[in-house]
Amino acid sequence: MDLTLPILILAIPITMFLILGLFGMKMSHKLAGILGILGMGTTMVLAYTVAFDYFFSGNSLFISGSERLQHTVFDVTWLQFSPRLVVNFGFLLDPICAMMLVVITTISFFVHLYSWGYMEGEKGFQRFYAFLSLFSFSMLGLVVATNIFQMYIFWELVGVSSYLLIGFYYKTPSAVSASKKAFIVTRFADLGMLIGILVLSFYMPTFNFIELTAPGQPQAVLASTGGATFLGGSVLTWALVLIFTGGMGKSAMLPLHIWLPDAMEGPTPVSALIHAATMVVAGVYLVARMFPLYLMEYQALDFITFIGAITALYAAVVACTQVDIKRVLAFSTISQIAFMMVSLGVARPEIHEGLGYMASMFHLFTHAMFKALLFLGAGALIHAVHSNDYTAMGGLRKYMPITHWTFLIGCLAIAGIYPFSGFFSKDEMLSAMYGYSTFWGVWMTFVAGLTAFYMFRLYYLIFWWDENPHYKHHRPHDAPWQMSLPLIILAAVSCVAGFIPFGELITWNGEPYHIHIEWVKVAIPSLCTAVVAILLATVMYRKKNSLPDKAAAIWPGLWRAAHHRFYWDEIYMFITHKIIFNVICSSIAWFDRHIIDGTMDAFAKVTQKTSYTIRGMQSGSIQTYVWWYLMGAVALAAITCWAIL
Amino acid sequence: MNYAQFLTMQQELGVLAVFLIVFLFDTFCGKNSRSAVTPLAIVCFAAVTIYGFFCTGTGEAFGGMYVTSPVISCIKSILNLGALIVLIQAVPWINSEEGSVRRGEFYELLFVTLFGMYLMISARHFLLFIIGLESASLPLAAMVAFNKNKYESHEAAVKYMFTAIFSSAILMMGLSFVYALSNGSLYFADLAESIALGSNSVLLVTAIAFVIAGFGFKLSLVPFHLWTADVYQGAPTTVTSYLSVISKGSAAFAFLVVLAQVFGAVYSDIWEWMMYALIIATITIGNLFAIRQRNMKRFMAFSSVSQAGYIMLGIVAANVLGMTSMIFYILVYIFSNLGVFGVIQAIENKTGYVSMDDYRGLHKTNPWLSFAMTLAVFSLAGIPPFAGFFSKILIFTGATESGSVALYVLVLIALINTIISLYYYLLVVKAMWISPEEPVVPAFRSACTERFGLWICCAGIIFLGLISCIYGWIYGVSEIAATEGFFALLG
Repeated sequence: MDLTLPILILAIPITMFLILGLFGMKMSHKLAGILGILGMGTTMVLAYTVAFDYFFSGNSLFISGSERLQHTVFDVTWLQFSPRLVVNFGFLLDPICAMMLVVITTISFFVHLYSWGYMEGEKGFQRFYAFLSLFSFSMLGLVVATNIFQMYIFWELVGVSSYLLIGFYYKTPSAVSASKKAFIVTRFADLGMLIGILVLSFYMPTFNFIELTAPGQPQAVLASTGGATFLGGSVLTWALVLIFTGGMGKSAMLPLHIWLPDAMEGPTPVSALIHAATMVVAGVYLVARMFPLYLMEYQALDFITFIGAITALYAAVVACTQVDIKRVLAFSTISQIAFMMVSLGVARPEIHEGLGYMASMFHLFTHAMFKALLFLGAGALIHAVHSNDYTAMGGLRKYMPITHWTFLIGCLAIAGIYPFSGFFSKDEMLSAMYGYSTFWGVWMTFVAGLTAFYMFRLYYLIFWWDENPHYKHHRPHDAPWQMSLPLIILAAVSCVAGFIPFGELITWNGEPYHIHIEWVKVAIPSLCTAVVAILLATVMYRKKNSLPDKAAAIWPGLWRAAHHRFYWDEIYMFITHKIIFNVICSSIAWFDRHIIDGTMDAFAKVTQKTSYTIRGMQSGSIQTYVWWYLMGAVALAAITCWAIL
Repeated sequence: MNYAQFLTMQQELGVLAVFLIVFLFDTFCGKNSRSAVTPLAIVCFAAVTIYGFFCTGTGEAFGGMYVTSPVISCIKSILNLGALIVLIQAVPWINSEEGSVRRGEFYELLFVTLFGMYLMISARHFLLFIIGLESASLPLAAMVAFNKNKYESHEAAVKYMFTAIFSSAILMMGLSFVYALSNGSLYFADLAESIALGSNSVLLVTAIAFVIAGFGFKLSLVPFHLWTADVYQGAPTTVTSYLSVISKGSAAFAFLVVLAQVFGAVYSDIWEWMMYALIIATITIGNLFAIRQRNMKRFMAFSSVSQAGYIMLGIVAANVLGMTSMIFYILVYIFSNLGVFGVIQAIENKTGYVSMDDYRGLHKTNPWLSFAMTLAVFSLAGIPPFAGFFSKILIFTGATESGSVALYVLVLIALINTIISLYYYLLVVKAMWISPEEPVVPAFRSACTERFGLWICCAGIIFLGLISCIYGWIYGVSEIAATEGFFALLG
C-alpha cells in the first residue's frame, strides 16, 4: 500500500497543532478556524480513502479469500535500547483500525465545524483548535499503533490533550479541578496498564500486536511461565487484567468512572468528541485489539463482563436522577461503553462465531454517531439558554425545531427503536449476551430499558414539560449553520447506520459473519421493554405534574443515593483525605523530611566540605600540576603492580 | 609507490585541501579581500563535512600504518560537524578587533590540528600516531594564545604547552617500554601480539599506566586534568569550545583504539582496573570542583572533566555497545557543550560578562539565549527527553552489558555523580530564570552566525535522542568494526 496517505493522516493533525499552537495568537479567529477545519476535513477524506481501500478494493494485502488480514503499512524502529528492547513506530491497518479512522475523523471534523459556531468569540479560540488537532493526532496514533508501547505513548498523549481541553476555561476553578481529576484518575489507571505491559513484555519477546496475537504465542507464554500463579491467577491473566485496568480508567468503568461526569466542565464540543465518541472508547478498543490474547484467559474476560455489567446498571440508574443534561449524557455514555465491554467479555468463538466482538465494535460505531449527535444537540441547547440544567429548559420544541428533531432521533437511536442504528447494534450485543448466559442477557435488557427511560425523561424535560417563563425576555433559537449542519448529518447517519452490513466487515478473526436478527428471542422482548420505558417516561414527564416527585418518594433512600451518584465521590474523598493523607502520607512525609532529606543534606555537606578541602590541588602553579601529573602516573603503575603481581 | 592508497585518506585530504586553500588565499589575496577568508573557510569546510558522510570505505595505506573503516569515517564526520559549528560560532569573534588581523592563522591552525587528530584516530603504527598527536597538540597552544593582548591568554598557552610537552614525554616513555617488550616493531598489531604472548611484568604495567597518563592529559582525566581550568578560562572562548569537544572527542576514540587494539589482551588483568579508578576519580573530582566555580568558562572546564569520565565508561565497557554509546555520547556532547559555549560566547562578545552571577535574570533580557542555554545544560545533566538523557542511558547500558558486578557498581557511582552534577547545572538555570535580582546583561541581538550555530545545537539536543536512526547508523558501523575484529583481543 502507498505510504503517502497513512503518513499524511498522522502528519496533518500534528502540523495543524504546531501551526495553530505556535502562530495561532498572531492569526485571526476566522483564519485559525478555517485552517483547523480544512486540516481535519482533508484528514477525513484521506481516512475515508484508506478505509475504503481496505474494505472494498479487494487488494490481496487486505483480504485473502474471505478473510480480512492485518496489514502493517510501515513499522520503523524508533528507539532501540538493546537488540531486544526495541520500540517501533508504525501504522497497522486492520478492520477495527479502519473503522476507528472513519469514526475519529468524522466526529472530529464535525466537532471542528461545530466549534466554529459554538466557540465564537471565546478567548483562546486558536488554542482550542490547536488542542483539538493535538487530540485528533493522538487518537489516530493510538488506533494505528503497531505495538503496545506505541499505543501506550499515544494513550498518554490522548490523556494529556483531554486534560488540556477539559481545563480549557482555566479561570474557572471547577474546570481546573475537573481536569486535574480526570488526569490523575486516568493516570492512576494507566499505572496498572504499564505494569501489565511490563509483565507481558517480560514473558513475550515482542511488543508487536500481530506477533502478540498470532496463534501459538499466548500458549508459549503460559508454557514459559511454568504455570506460575499469583493470588490464584496465571501470569497472563494478571497481565491482561492489569492492562484492562488502563482501559477501565479511560473508558470510565466502575470504580474509576468518577472523572467522566466532572469532565463535562469542558466545552461541549470537547465532550462530544473526547468524552463521548472517541477517547472513552479507547478501553474497548484496547481489549478488542488484544482480543486473541484475552481469549486465552476466560478469567480475564469474565472480569471484564462483571465490571461492565455492574457499571452499565449503576450508570443507568444514576442517569435517571441527574439534573445537569450533560451529566445525564455522561452517565449514559458510561453505561453504553459498559455495554460494549460486556459484549466483548461474553464473546467466544463458539457462541455465534464470536458475535460479541462484532456487536461491540458495531455499537462503538453507532454509539459514536448518535452520542456525538446528542452532545452536540445539548451544546446547541446550552448555547441557546446558557445553562446546563434542564430546570432552565422545557417546552423548547417550538423554539428550536432542528435541535428538537435531531435530538429526538438521537434518543430513539440510543433507546434501540427500529429502524434507528442503535437497535441493530444493541440487538446483536444482546444476542451475544443471551448466547453466553440468560442471566446477563436479562440484566442487560433491563439496562437497555432504563436507557430508553432516562433518555426520554431528558427529552421530555427539555422539549415538553413546562415552558420556561424566561423565554419571553430572551427567546431561544436554533444555532447557526455551522452548528446545525453537523446535527443534521449525524442524525441522518444515525437513521441509516444500522443497515451497514457490519458483520461482513469486522469480526474477531476476519472471517465475515452474516447478521441475522433474532426477532423472537431477543429483538421483540428488548423492543417491548424500550417501548414500555418510553411510554412510562411519556406519562411521567410529558406535561408538568407531580408524578416524578411521587415516584421519587416511593424509595426516597434509593433516589437520594442515585442523585448523589451513590456517594462514590464522597468515598474517594474519604479514602484519599482521611486514610491516605492522614495515615500513609504523613508517615511518608516524616520519613521524607527526616531520613531522605537528612541523608541528602549530609551528602551535600560532605560534598561541599570535600570540595573546599581539595581546592588546594588547583593551585594555579604549573609546577604543582606537573607534580600531581607524575605522581598520578606513578601511583597508577605502582598500585596496579602491587595488586596484580 | 602506489598513489592510489592516498584515496583511502579522503577525509584527511579534504581537511588538508581546505587548509591549503585558506593558506594560499590568505597569503596572496591582498589586504582588502582578506575578510573573505571566513566565508571561504566555512563554505569549503562545510563541503568537506558533507562529503565526509559519504566516505564509508575500508582500506589501509602506507603498509598498514594508516587504516580507515566505516566507524572511523563516522567519528571523523561527527568531529567535522562539531568543528563546523565551532567555525560558525567563531565568526563574530574572528571579525572582532582581537582576531581580525590574524584570522587566516586561526583557520590554518585549526585545520592542522584537525588533520593531526584524524591521523591519530586512523594510525595503526605509533610513529604516525605520535605525528598526529603532536600536530594536534602544539598548534592548539598557539590557538590558546590567540588573544595576544590578554595576559590570561598567554598564561593559559604556557600552561597548556608545558603540560602537553610533559604528557607527550610520559606517553613516549610508556611507548618505549612497550617497544622494549616487542620484537622491534611499532605496529599496533605486532605489539599486541607480543603483549598477548608475554606475561604481566612491571614494565608492561608501567608502560600502560604511562600511556593512559598521556591520554589522560588530552581527555583531562583526574589527576592529569589540572591544566584544564586555567587553560579553558584563559583561552579565547572559541578555542575553549574547540578544546572541550573536538580535541576531547578525537582523543577519546584514539584512546579506545589503542587500548583495544594494542593492550586488548590484558584488559581484565591490567587496564580495566586502572580505568575504573580513573573514571571514579574523574567524575567525582570534576563534580566537586565544578560546584565551586562562578566563572562560566572555568565551570565548563570542570563540567567537561566530569563528562570525560562518562565518555570513558564506553571504553571500559569494551564491547560494541560501549563503542556505539561512546560515539553517540561524543556526538550529543558536541551539541550540548557547543550550545553552552555558544551562549557564553554570545554574551562575552557583546558585553564581556562571563560570571554565573552576571547571568541573573537573563531570561528577562535575552529569553532565547536563556532558552538555548537551558536546553544545553539540561542535556548535559541528562534530563529527559533531551539527547543527553539518551546518551547517558545508552552509555550506562553499554557499561553494564557484560554483567560484571564491578561495572554495575561503577555505573551506580556514576549515577550518584549525575545527581551532584544536576545541582551545579541547575545553578545556571536558576541564575537565569529564578533569581529575583535585576538582570545584569542588557538586552541585545546576537550575531546571526551565533544564532544559527545555536539553532543547530538546539535542534541536535532535541532530536538526537528521539530520532533513533542516528543511533542505529552508529550501531551499524560499530558492528562492522566488531566483525572485522576490533575487539578480537578482548576475547
